[in-house]
Amino acid sequence: MRLLRPFEYVGAKFLAMLDEAGELLLLFMQTVLWLFRPPFRFKVLFKQLEFVGVGSINVTLLTGAFTGGVFALQSYHGFSLFGAESLVGSTVALALTRELGPVLTSLMVTGRAGSAMAAELGTMRVTEQVDALYVMAVNPVQYLVVPRVLAGIAMLPILTIIADFVGIVGSYVVGVHLLGINHGIFISKIVEYLEFSDISMGMTKAAFFGLILSMVGCYKGFYTTGGAEGVGRATTQAVVLASVLILASDYVLTAIMF
Amino acid sequence: MSAKQNIIELVDIHKAFGSQQVLKGVNLNIPRGQTTVIIGRSGGGKSVMLKHMIGLIKPDQGQVLVEGQDIVHMGDHGLNQVRRRFGMLFQDAALFDSMNVRDNVAFPLREHSKLSEGEIKQVVAEKLSMVGLSGVEHKLPSELSGGMRKRVGLARAITLEPEIILFDEPTTGLDPPLSAAINRLIKDTQERLGITAVVISHDIEGAYEVGHNIAMLYLGEIIAQGSPDEIRDSGSEVVQQFVHGRAEGPIEVI
Repeated sequence: MRLLRPFEYVGAKFLAMLDEAGELLLLFMQTVLWLFRPPFRFKVLFKQLEFVGVGSINVTLLTGAFTGGVFALQSYHGFSLFGAESLVGSTVALALTRELGPVLTSLMVTGRAGSAMAAELGTMRVTEQVDALYVMAVNPVQYLVVPRVLAGIAMLPILTIIADFVGIVGSYVVGVHLLGINHGIFISKIVEYLEFSDISMGMTKAAFFGLILSMVGCYKGFYTTGGAEGVGRATTQAVVLASVLILASDYVLTAIMF
Repeated sequence: MSAKQNIIELVDIHKAFGSQQVLKGVNLNIPRGQTTVIIGRSGGGKSVMLKHMIGLIKPDQGQVLVEGQDIVHMGDHGLNQVRRRFGMLFQDAALFDSMNVRDNVAFPLREHSKLSEGEIKQVVAEKLSMVGLSGVEHKLPSELSGGMRKRVGLARAITLEPEIILFDEPTTGLDPPLSAAINRLIKDTQERLGITAVVISHDIEGAYEVGHNIAMLYLGEIIAQGSPDEIRDSGSEVVQQFVHGRAEGPIEVI
């Protein structure tokens, strides 16, 4: 019997994972369903757009600027070995728009807004505020989950393009002003190599990541049990699960799109 | 008794959470226009039973009849129609902590009525004065005391003028004078509005005071139901031990 125990353990973990995936998918389907049913609550939606979007601008600016700057510094080091410093701008621009912009922005917003969604919904669940919505004949999926998921999908592409732009500005400051690359060459190489599809596909990825981080945050919060400790657990799990899913789906999306 | 006299009927309700069988065949009738108090031990499934009445929890087996309609198999739409006849006061009031008192009390009106903001303001003030509060409209729930939160919760529960109000442990955790005040509030509200009230409690004095009927839940079943006098004179040893608060008897305390 003892020999079977590791298998039981792995099996139980696997079943729990399937359970969770199923629950998440069911909540997603309910969200889609309630998205198209009146009443449409624009006030709650705008509150979430502001929270996810406007509230995340500072962290996006900082992330973008420093990522662009450090990327310029590192790639300059590599390119100068064979005299290709002129490619620094276009390399940074491509990396940012295709990859770093959407992924890093989404991870930062997961930490900021995804965790807050889990904590807020979790607290509402354990203090019976979710039940109170049901009792007052208001569907909590429609009232709580739909606006948050919409805000995630709508705001992440916008934040990403801000991060892209600020990142390129950051790399320009480092590349042209600190490292002395000719500014005309720096810009012209970006214009030459960067295509609109790089930007638009990066934004598409960001919309998808926005869906993931808001859906996971809401899911973990919505099914919280076990009081204050449970809320803490839900928050941590939301951030970890959303981050992992963002990184994993990034690979899949990149393989499909580019 | 027929469905005309009973507004809610629970028929043979079974409910388990995991391996724990909480309700084992509950049969209970809630008579119209009266207050029914359900007493029983802490953690004995009273709240679970109450949540069955409004479809927050679905039974594993059995029927929940509201005005003769089974709500167990109802869809969202039908259930929402039924729920509009209910108000509920939760244990910790369950006020939305992102909204101030006025928005909390106005919430059901904004969702389900076409009143103008001016009218809503008026109704909110009226409901708050019914529960003995004024001038707190702009406070957040976190700035209120426990007793005040329950009052606001009650004001929110009565804004849509429901026929039935469910009270989940309205006096638990309050000091004796405040408990008495809340009990009086329940009694007044029930009499003034002529509604049906269902109150969960383990405060036996309060139960005698507010209840027209008392039912006792023990080990997942309703073991006694009757008027306060009938419960006080009940021949059941379990009921006697409970209402007199004795440590010795058939109820296993530890």
